[in-house]
Amino acid sequence: MAPGRSANECISDLPKAACHRTLALFSFMRVTLFIPCFIDSIYPHVGVAMVKVLEGLGHQVVYPEGQTCCGQPPFNSGYWDEARVVASRQLAFFKDAEVVVSASGSCGAMFKVFYPELFQGKPEETEAKSLSARTFEFSDFLVNQLGVRDVGARFDGRVTFHDGCHGLRELGTKEEPRQLLRAVKGLELVEMGEGEACCGFGGMFAVKYPEISTAMAEVKCNSILDTGVEYVVSNDSSCLMQIQGWLDRNSPRTVKSLHLAEVLASR
Amino acid sequence: MISIQEQFHRDTERTTADVPRRAFIRKALHGYEVRRDETKATFTDWQQARTVAADIKYDGLNHLDGYLKEFEEKFTARGGKIFWASNSGQARDYILKLAKERQVKSIVKSKAMTSEEIHLNPALEEAGYKVVESDLGEFIQQLMHEPPYHFVFPCMHLKRDEISALFQRELGSAATDSPEELTLIARRFLRQQYIEADMGISGGNFIVAETGMISITENEGNARLTTAMPKIHVALIGIEKILPKLADLALFLPMLATAGTGQHITCYNSMYGGPRQPGETDGPEEFHIVLLDNHRTRLLADAQQRDALGCIRCGACLNVCPIFKNIGGHAYGTTYQGPIGSVITPHFRGLQDWKHLSGASSLCGACTDTCPVKIDIHHHLLHNRRNAVAEKKVWWERLIWFGFVQTMTRPWFLRIANKLAPWGQKLHPLVLGTVFDPVRTWTKTRDFPEVAPESFHDWWAKRKETSK
Amino acid sequence: MVGKTQGDFEMNDDREKVLARISEALAVPAPRHHETPAAGAKAGIAVPFRAWLPPVGSDFEAQRALFSTQCVVLKTEFVECADAAAAAAHLAALAEANEWKKLAFHPGTINDAIVPHLPESLGLFKVESGYDKVELETCDAGLTECETLVAQTGSICVTALSSGGRALSVLPHHHVAVARHEQLVPDLTAAYERLAARYGANYPSFISFISGPSRTGDIERILVLGAHGPKKLTVLLLP
Repeated sequence: MAPGRSANECISDLPKAACHRTLALFSFMRVTLFIPCFIDSIYPHVGVAMVKVLEGLGHQVVYPEGQTCCGQPPFNSGYWDEARVVASRQLAFFKDAEVVVSASGSCGAMFKVFYPELFQGKPEETEAKSLSARTFEFSDFLVNQLGVRDVGARFDGRVTFHDGCHGLRELGTKEEPRQLLRAVKGLELVEMGEGEACCGFGGMFAVKYPEISTAMAEVKCNSILDTGVEYVVSNDSSCLMQIQGWLDRNSPRTVKSLHLAEVLASR
Repeated sequence: MISIQEQFHRDTERTTADVPRRAFIRKALHGYEVRRDETKATFTDWQQARTVAADIKYDGLNHLDGYLKEFEEKFTARGGKIFWASNSGQARDYILKLAKERQVKSIVKSKAMTSEEIHLNPALEEAGYKVVESDLGEFIQQLMHEPPYHFVFPCMHLKRDEISALFQRELGSAATDSPEELTLIARRFLRQQYIEADMGISGGNFIVAETGMISITENEGNARLTTAMPKIHVALIGIEKILPKLADLALFLPMLATAGTGQHITCYNSMYGGPRQPGETDGPEEFHIVLLDNHRTRLLADAQQRDALGCIRCGACLNVCPIFKNIGGHAYGTTYQGPIGSVITPHFRGLQDWKHLSGASSLCGACTDTCPVKIDIHHHLLHNRRNAVAEKKVWWERLIWFGFVQTMTRPWFLRIANKLAPWGQKLHPLVLGTVFDPVRTWTKTRDFPEVAPESFHDWWAKRKETSK
Repeated sequence: MVGKTQGDFEMNDDREKVLARISEALAVPAPRHHETPAAGAKAGIAVPFRAWLPPVGSDFEAQRALFSTQCVVLKTEFVECADAAAAAAHLAALAEANEWKKLAFHPGTINDAIVPHLPESLGLFKVESGYDKVELETCDAGLTECETLVAQTGSICVTALSSGGRALSVLPHHHVAVARHEQLVPDLTAAYERLAARYGANYPSFISFISGPSRTGDIERILVLGAHGPKKLTVLLLP
């Protein structure tokens, strides 16, 4: 970093597309949070935990208050025109963000992978591609952009990690959350048998095909229960809603689901 | 009559409730995954192999007309006969007419999903021919009077005692719980069929343009016998099975085996380039190939999904699919089950009738990850959903998404909804599980989380206020 | 009307219609959903698959060792014989152990060297043009030559011309294939190269890579040997 200049000043000199590759070089950054709609209303503590972790590392956190939903529900249902109306609003809210960090792998994948396709051939295409390049899933951001493994967390308990499919396969995030968890003091990470199996949430799928969705949850949750852990951790709250929902109804013993950020924010 | 989609809902409700059968399927496929991973690990670079395989298929499909003409020229020059069939009716008629002309009495078949696709067996049997499926799994399914459960493992859902009971009933054999003994019973019964049959019908895994051959992959040897003994060989094969060069098989044969069953290579990989040639001791006098379109060109015309025609029918996507594992193969109601079937069936049999298969997916992407020819399977499910809506919107869905857009483009409205939700949720137990429960399909089997008294948005706003 | 040749069976097909639909469909180019392969790998042109497939040693010893290992995996019996007499002796031992009554074989340079050494008690059936397939079915074993042995996969490449037609290597319960050292090739690509070099454009009507005895996993995914083809497979390698 050039002497006497802040990280943000340096960043603003760089062309946007090249920006994210060089971010790790700077010690402090301005991080824009993307808190998807259901996390906002059902799991606000996940967002709070993210703020804690990022600020704890010395970064500035901003949250554009007009943001709502990424538009994935209508997008996945085939209603792309409707999805575009919602999505184009998010494009506007995150237009000036240097980096966008998503609390959910799935909604992050919507920004990163599906917006460019959704807006292909539309006037917003360039903006969509730009947002895609600037968006990161939380664990990916910490490990690959900030170069952080140990955030100084302490969490006493045995946990297993559930890979959300969008985070795992659309974004290729597999080792990052595990690296972060292994660095947490007091935490024991146990891998489950059906580690990469889908939990069966799948958005509207969970309510349109409840019997299939539930069967998948049953397989997943039994695999979690087989590990004997007390906690199941994921980087996607939507999967955890499915998993906790099934466990609360069917599990013979209590297993608590936690977002990765909540674990990393524990002291 | 109920709709195809309603039938699917009923079938999946029944099959997902069959916990022991689901566990049985999962166990079998777990064994497959272990073997497949071991074999994949022997490749110097499995990922590059996938990319190259995808590229060869891409080349084949995007020059399909040229390659098919090349194949035709080479194949017919060696005395083979090609029949181009636009649809299943034409393909059936050709085979029926050929059988009649040649006064065929008995027909032996090796595994051909194309024959399931065009419903060949019922047509042949109706015309009075004796038709015997020779692949063990297909033979069992034929005796069961039900379609294959999985296009590579046709009877994987049956337990040995069920097969034993079937053989006792249909073949008069003694009861046994040994897979070896059961295989032997079928072997004894089928041996005679190869000798007696005057027509052998097969499918085909690859069409080789360069040399005018088809390639058939198998483990049992039934396809080899079907194509060696009868005096007429008919191969029913989709036009998309093209490979440009013979030596391309050096890549595809090991990959098909690895992805399909976890073997390094299957037991028999045979290439057939014509009927018996001068100087050869045996082989059929006639070799007919029926090249089947049957709406494959409709999929070819969808440039975005054209790669789906590159499918080599290894079944790997079924084997890793959580939907397949939980609903089973028959619930799909299609010739081609699993993720790839959900992609292609709407093209083959009508988007509006079969779009529910694309909807019945969590889009987890395990299929795409495993596909040896890198077909973008789960994204195509998404594309099918989009195309179905573009073609015909459903009024109530339209209403829901209209409301959704109104809410999500008005943050203030969302904030009010968030504030009211905890109060509304207090009333939820009154309607829980009833028709008035707005989320009853969720709450029937799972608990619904509570909306937080303070949203993140409110927390942030408050924090900003206090830090001022 | 009973036809003998297939030229007399005609039915109008949709060749032109199908090809027209294909051409029309291909007017719109397809996006690539896969990465562009590494340099040198161009579809439709000779592609160096060896870079990605399981590795094979470059010399004969390494390839023989790999072939032998693959045979164990595939449950093929692999035996090296010093000469034709030794091969015949092994066959005689197999005949005794498995109670063979009749061995089917086709004429060929290696076979013709082995057969005279076989014990007289073993019945022989010569597979030549016009042979009786019902009698072949009664044979306990089939002795064939082959084109190549493939080290990488443990496969035997047979063809209609080199191996006594289509049925001999699949109908009898035990298939014995014989080969000489120079027939061992590293991989499938090399096997195809040999075929092309030997036959040019005039390939036999039947080529097959046999990898182990016939098998099935159709019942509960449990491996059973001897589904429809041979239950046993033996490879005899001569210098």
